Amino acid sequence: MEGPGRGIRGTAWTVILFLLLPLAVVLPVSLTDQPYLSLPLHTLSLQYYANLLHSADWQSSILQSLLVACVSAGIAVILGTLCAIGCWRMGDHWAKAIQALMLIPIVVPTIVYALGLYRFYAQLGLLDTLLGIILAHAVTAIPYVVVIVSTGLSGVDARLEQAARSLGAGPIVAMRRVLLPLLRPAMLSGGLFAFVHSWDELVIVLFIAGRRVFTLPRRMWDGINDKLDPTLAAVAVLLVILSAALLFLDLWLRARREQT
Amino acid sequence: MNSGAYRWFPIPALLLLVLAYLVPLSQVLMISVTDPELGLGNYALLVTSPSIARVLATTARICVITATAALVLGYVVAYCMTQARPAVRRLMLVGVLLPLWVSVLARSFAWVTLLRREGVVNSVLMGAGLIQSPLPLMWNEFGVSVGMIHTMLPYAILPMASHMRGLDPALMAAARGMGASRAQAFRRVFLPLSLPGVIGAGVLVLIFSLGFYVTPVLLGGGRVRMVAEYISLQIQELLQWGTGTMLATALIAAIGLLLFLLSRAVGLRALSGAR
Repeated sequence: MEGPGRGIRGTAWTVILFLLLPLAVVLPVSLTDQPYLSLPLHTLSLQYYANLLHSADWQSSILQSLLVACVSAGIAVILGTLCAIGCWRMGDHWAKAIQALMLIPIVVPTIVYALGLYRFYAQLGLLDTLLGIILAHAVTAIPYVVVIVSTGLSGVDARLEQAARSLGAGPIVAMRRVLLPLLRPAMLSGGLFAFVHSWDELVIVLFIAGRRVFTLPRRMWDGINDKLDPTLAAVAVLLVILSAALLFLDLWLRARREQT
Repeated sequence: MNSGAYRWFPIPALLLLVLAYLVPLSQVLMISVTDPELGLGNYALLVTSPSIARVLATTARICVITATAALVLGYVVAYCMTQARPAVRRLMLVGVLLPLWVSVLARSFAWVTLLRREGVVNSVLMGAGLIQSPLPLMWNEFGVSVGMIHTMLPYAILPMASHMRGLDPALMAAARGMGASRAQAFRRVFLPLSLPGVIGAGVLVLIFSLGFYVTPVLLGGGRVRMVAEYISLQIQELLQWGTGTMLATALIAAIGLLLFLLSRAVGLRALSGAR
């Protein structure tokens, strides 16, 4: 069958350029020689990357975000995978109900959850604690892990697991030796998504953080609302590069998943 | 009885979901009918308060503009992706996925550098002598809409593309073989078949746009207020918990209604193709 006409294809590529160009523009801006956010005027300068390298504030925020994102992604992958396997094996109306319940954090706006969480954490003394942020990021990432691992499970032959069970393996052994190796790419994909989810999350942090918790998104938010220092452009460039790396890792994992 | 042990597997995730998500969420609903006093007084503001009416109108307008633009532009991309050779399709997919993986904050910041008064767009246009004074590109509905469309396009493209890939290409070929022009085959065969994907994508984009915070705040600059920013203002600046939680509850109700209409129209399955 013949493809779409030239005008249509041109429009599609224009839209894709529209999606990508804003990400590209931060690169020249981050290399500016001017003291404010602008394109470089006379020469290219790495001063704002040096700024970033020498700023204790930015570094502590990056480390804090890394810690929160790794721990919350770890919790989300473990609990989300267990949940997906349980639902897959049960396959009844309970499983359907659980999967429906898991959609709630995806469709409810974060701002709504953040309000409730603020009140709730105030009662528990969890405001402005890393534990509080980690729990909030983990619980909002679990649904995505469940969806991704469930997709991975739909390609797994249930008889493999049954064979292991009938040969005498208990559910834990059968899971560890048979299911988990098959699910590893899907779990890693889910983990990547959960990591990015926490790494980028701003709204919950804005509500429950005080002086101690200062994640990278919160530092950027303050910078954008304050004086639009070109250091922000340097941070944005690094974030775009990191996202591109994670995306290609995820695409590679998906390709591996389709092979198995 | 084989599945007995597996019944326990979802329990930890469910416990965390209930304790750390549903309990706090239910408090929002509770506060909306108890603060400052028991009753539906807060909900009356939905029809009596001019400032809330203005915020809701702004929110509705920007959501409709965003969803319409994302669906129309996204449809073209999804259509070309389905028809393209595998190598080209992969390239387009990367172009759609990359912005989705970049933090919303970094994307909004990029739009700020482009659109502000002294920003890249204005300085390039002025340098080329095309305009004499800077154009007002942000801190207005134009800027917010551009940022929102940029954020929502991938959510529109991916479900539509995955739905279109499930359509049988033989149907289009048959229409062509029986003498339909390319435009006729598209309009009479492909377009109607692809509509469930469009509806699913549209509802998804509307749901995500309704409660969106970061992009409208940064590109609206306090002059264009959508409901999420208004809610946060009620809580963080004015300490009006009753009003804030009432609007939050109304937001959930609006999203619930959209999901209900979607399930009536195409079934909830359309949503799970979202990613």
